[in-house]
This record gives sequence, C-alpha cells and structure tokens, in this order.
Amino acid sequence: MFQQNELIKKKYVTERLVKAILGLMTFALIIPTLLILGTLVVKGAPAISFDFIFTYPEKGMTAGGIFPALVGTIWLVVISLLLTCPLGIMAAIYLSEYAPDNKLTRMINLAILNLAGVPSIVHALFGLGAFVLFFKFGTSILAASCTLAVMNLPVVIASTRESLQSVPQSFRMASLNCGASRWQTIRYVVLPNSISGILTGVIFSVSRAAGETAPILFTGAAFYLPFLPSDVFSQCMALSMHLFTISTQVVGVPDSYPYATALVLIGVVFLVNTISVGFRYYFRKHRKW
Amino acid sequence: MNLTDVTQKRGAISDMEKSKNNVKEILRKKRNVISSEKMIETFIFLCGISSILFIFSIFVFIFKEAYPFLSTRFELKEFFLSPQWMPNGEAKVEYGGMALLMGTVAVTFVSICLSVPLGMGAAIFISEFCPPRLREITKIIIESLAAIPSVVWGFIAITMINPLLIAVFNIPVGLNVLNAGIILAFMSIPVIVSLSEDAFRSVPTSFIEAGYAMGATRFEVIRRVIIPAAKKGLIAAILLGVGRAVGETMAVLMASGHSIRIVSSVMEPTRTLTATIAAELGESPKGGEHYQALFTIGLALFTISFIINFLASRLIGKKRRGKKG
Repeated sequence: MFQQNELIKKKYVTERLVKAILGLMTFALIIPTLLILGTLVVKGAPAISFDFIFTYPEKGMTAGGIFPALVGTIWLVVISLLLTCPLGIMAAIYLSEYAPDNKLTRMINLAILNLAGVPSIVHALFGLGAFVLFFKFGTSILAASCTLAVMNLPVVIASTRESLQSVPQSFRMASLNCGASRWQTIRYVVLPNSISGILTGVIFSVSRAAGETAPILFTGAAFYLPFLPSDVFSQCMALSMHLFTISTQVVGVPDSYPYATALVLIGVVFLVNTISVGFRYYFRKHRKW
Repeated sequence: MNLTDVTQKRGAISDMEKSKNNVKEILRKKRNVISSEKMIETFIFLCGISSILFIFSIFVFIFKEAYPFLSTRFELKEFFLSPQWMPNGEAKVEYGGMALLMGTVAVTFVSICLSVPLGMGAAIFISEFCPPRLREITKIIIESLAAIPSVVWGFIAITMINPLLIAVFNIPVGLNVLNAGIILAFMSIPVIVSLSEDAFRSVPTSFIEAGYAMGATRFEVIRRVIIPAAKKGLIAAILLGVGRAVGETMAVLMASGHSIRIVSSVMEPTRTLTATIAAELGESPKGGEHYQALFTIGLALFTISFIINFLASRLIGKKRRGKKG
C-alpha cells in the first residue's frame, strides 16, 4: 500500500480545508438569497388579495390595488414580444443556417454581445431619442415596447440560435438530399424540430421585459393613470415602475403595500421562468433524437 | 412502315413534347421557388444584420441628442476633472462628471470585491466539489438571483440592507456605497458564476486526467491545471460582471443614497453615472443644455460598455479558436 507520509497527510488536510471554505462561500450566497426571498414572501403575501390585484390605487397610491400597473405590464410585454420574436428568430436563422464564417458574421456576433451589454439606461436614452422623438411615437406604449424589444433582441437571438444548432446536422442533410431547398429544409425540418427551444427562450425574454424599469421610465410609463390604456399610443402604468414610485417617491405608504407589489412582480417573473424551465424539461424528455 | 407505326411514332413525339412541356413547367416552378427563396433569404439576411444596425443607431441617436452640447459647451477637462455637477446651479452652471465617475468606480469596486471571490468560489465548489443533487439546487438558487428585476433589488436595498447596515455599523442612514455594492454584487454573481462554470467546463478532460495521473489532489488539479487553463474565460467573466455593475441603473439609484460627491469611505452616499441620467432626465427640459449633457453621459456609458464587451468577446473568442486548433 501507499504509505501516508507527512506530505500527503498535509495535502489532504489542505484539500478538506479548501473544500470547507468554498462550501462556506457558496452558502454565504445561498443563505442571504433565501432570506431575502423569504422576507419578501412573508411580508408581502398577507397583503395580496383579489382586491389588491383587481382594483385601482387609491389615496395618492398609498392604498388600493395594482390593477392598471399589471395591465400596463402585460401590454408592454405582449407588444415588445410581437416586435422581438420575428426579428430575433429570423436573425438567429441567418446566423445558424446561412452565415458564412467571415468578417460580417463576426461583426454581427460582436454587435449582439454588445447589445446585450449596453446599460439599460442607455437603451432608455436611445428609446427616447429614436422612438419618442425621431419617429414621433410620443411617450407611449409603442415607444416603450420598441425600446424593450431592442433590449430583448440579443436574448431571443442567443436562445433561438442555440436551439437551432441543437438540431442534428443529419436532419438537414437528409432533407437537402431529398431535393428540398435550403429554406424548405429550414421551414419543414429545422424549425419544427427546434420550436420548443425557441419558445423556451421567448418565454424567458418575457420575464426580462416584465421586470425592466429604466428603459420604460422616459419612453412610456406613467406614475399614475386612473384609467387603462386604450391603444398603443397611450401611456400606461407598469408594475416595475409602480414599485419604484411607491418605494421612493410617495410618502406614507404602509409597509405591506410595496412588499406585496414586489412580490407580485417577482411572482410574475418566476412564474414565467418556471413555465420556460418546465417547457425545456418536457421537450428534452420527449425529444425524438 | 405501316400506318399504325406512324401513329405510334406521332404519339411518341407528342408524348415527348408533353414531357418537354412538363420539364419546362417544372423548371418554371423551380425558378419561382428559387426567386421566392431568394426573397426570403434576403429578408433573413436583413434580420441577421439588424443587431449591427441597432448598435449603430443607438450610437447615432444618442450622439445626435448630445451633439449640440459636445460641440459648444463641452470641455474635456471640465467633464473629467471637475467634481461639480451643477446643471441647475444659480451662480454657475457646471458639468463636471468626475464625482459621478468616481461614484460609479467606487460602487463597482465594492461590488467586484464581494462578487468575484464569492462567485468564483461558488463556481469552483459547484463544478468540482458539489454532490450532484446539491449542485442542481444551488444552481437554481443562484440563477434565480438573475431573475429578480433590478427595481426589486433597489427595494431590497431600501427595506432590508438599509436597516441591516444601520444596525451593524451604527450609522444614521444605510443608503451608501456599501449598500449599492452589496446589491450589485448580488446582481452580478449569477453572471460571474455561470460564465466561470462555463470556463471550467471547457477545460479539456485530458488535462484534468493528466493532473490526477501525476498523483495530484483535487485542489492541486484545480489550482495548477483548471484555473490556469480557464484563465481567459475567468477574466471574461469578471469583465462582464464589471459591465453589469457599471450599467446597472434602478437598483443603484435606489441604494446609493443620492449625493454627488467624491467618496472617501464606503459609508458615504454617492451618485453614479447611470443613476444621474435616471434621476435627472425626467426634470430636464427637452433639447436644453442639461438634457444634452445627460445624453453625453449616456454616450460615455455606451463607450465604456462597448470597450468592456469588446475585450470580453476577444477573450472568449480566442479561447474557442484555441480549442479548435
């Protein structure tokens, strides 16, 4: 047998020590996270009721519900999705199926990475300069949704590209060998086989759009509106904006009100994320290859 | 040759003509398919280059709004060296961005000091030491950090970290550099963890096996083999963590305490570049000097994020190429 000399013993002591330290570090991350989420749930949950979700804010936003904010968020998310999805999916198809390995493609990749890294407030400035002022949408749902759409574009492109590339190359070869054209192959073979992954990414981008505040701050969200938006050219309230307002701008808000709003916002985001993860899990299990 | 033969031949000829026509028909159809396919492909190509278009137009539109200020009022020396940001000052209007820049640097520095060691430690633990079941749970919890919207982080800073800092350090207000740094650390940790994990995973198994074959312990393999091999990916992870911290707006606006000054300790409130835009754009008249100055800050932020992302992409890209060759 190998003899356990001093050196080796020392090595194993260090090993155990390192493992303990790293484990502690991980738990130093996990415990505060759980505490934070726990506090939000404990303090927010009692205030959430049917009335809270389906009534308007009252008394200068110190009481009442969050209904217009919730509706506004849905407007923003749906319209931004309608804009991002076709564009993002097409862009991903280009990158995954057509793009040759050249300078232009590298530039596109760099642009996508950059677009993902541009600070949200810079997106807000862009939205203000381009959609609100230049295209004359005014501060409206449309302008805010366009801003969110540009912001979400890299997310949709990245996830779509990944799921397109997970379709085996042999599927494409088989289809091309049957005489199908490139687009026919994409339309009838690649897309149907990757639609689940694409949907997962799209749903994930919903959660991002729902949570953003800075990009809609100057492009379409209002502090308070006593009515629901009627079309895409009207302003709207948004959950994230509402939480910002009641936790910093309005005085005399009872403690439970912002907690409950935060919990609803996180609830929406997590729910959407869970759906997306569930989707991915389901389709991975039922994959044909 | 009799009559039936001739008619048969004629039939054959007309058959041939028919099939010729058929071929023509098929070719015509095929041409249609090809031309419609060309159209679709052009459309897809246009969508493909849309990201370049967007990045370019972000720059153009922000530059367009900032240009009047840049061409007249703007002084490089004032913008970078004066700590006085007084767009509405009564005696003197000054646009010194140094205090704001220092605010961003201070907050980012604190957050990086917290998030890099914790994030890397957690990434190593998750990818190398963690039992599989615990790994799944840990990853879900850390990824859920990324899903929390930034305004909720701001709310957490005000309602949870603020009282905690007041109680621990015995200070009157807990909205300061440290608070913002802690919040930003939480926000950039998922980025750092997942990117470092990717970097660790991309180290070839043969390297690791070679390390074990030499009789190294796990820790020795991590320190001498995995970390050096994953170095570029790790630097990219840190860079993107920095990018996240520099660009974060709402959480920092709510957590940092709103006071323009050059900070001397982490217990002082401050104001960052991003927070200044968010706080002041609403009240600055459109097209005014103040408004243009805020777009100039936006331009600076855009440039910073561009540089960070460019460097990170170079690091990640090189690593990939290295693996291929």
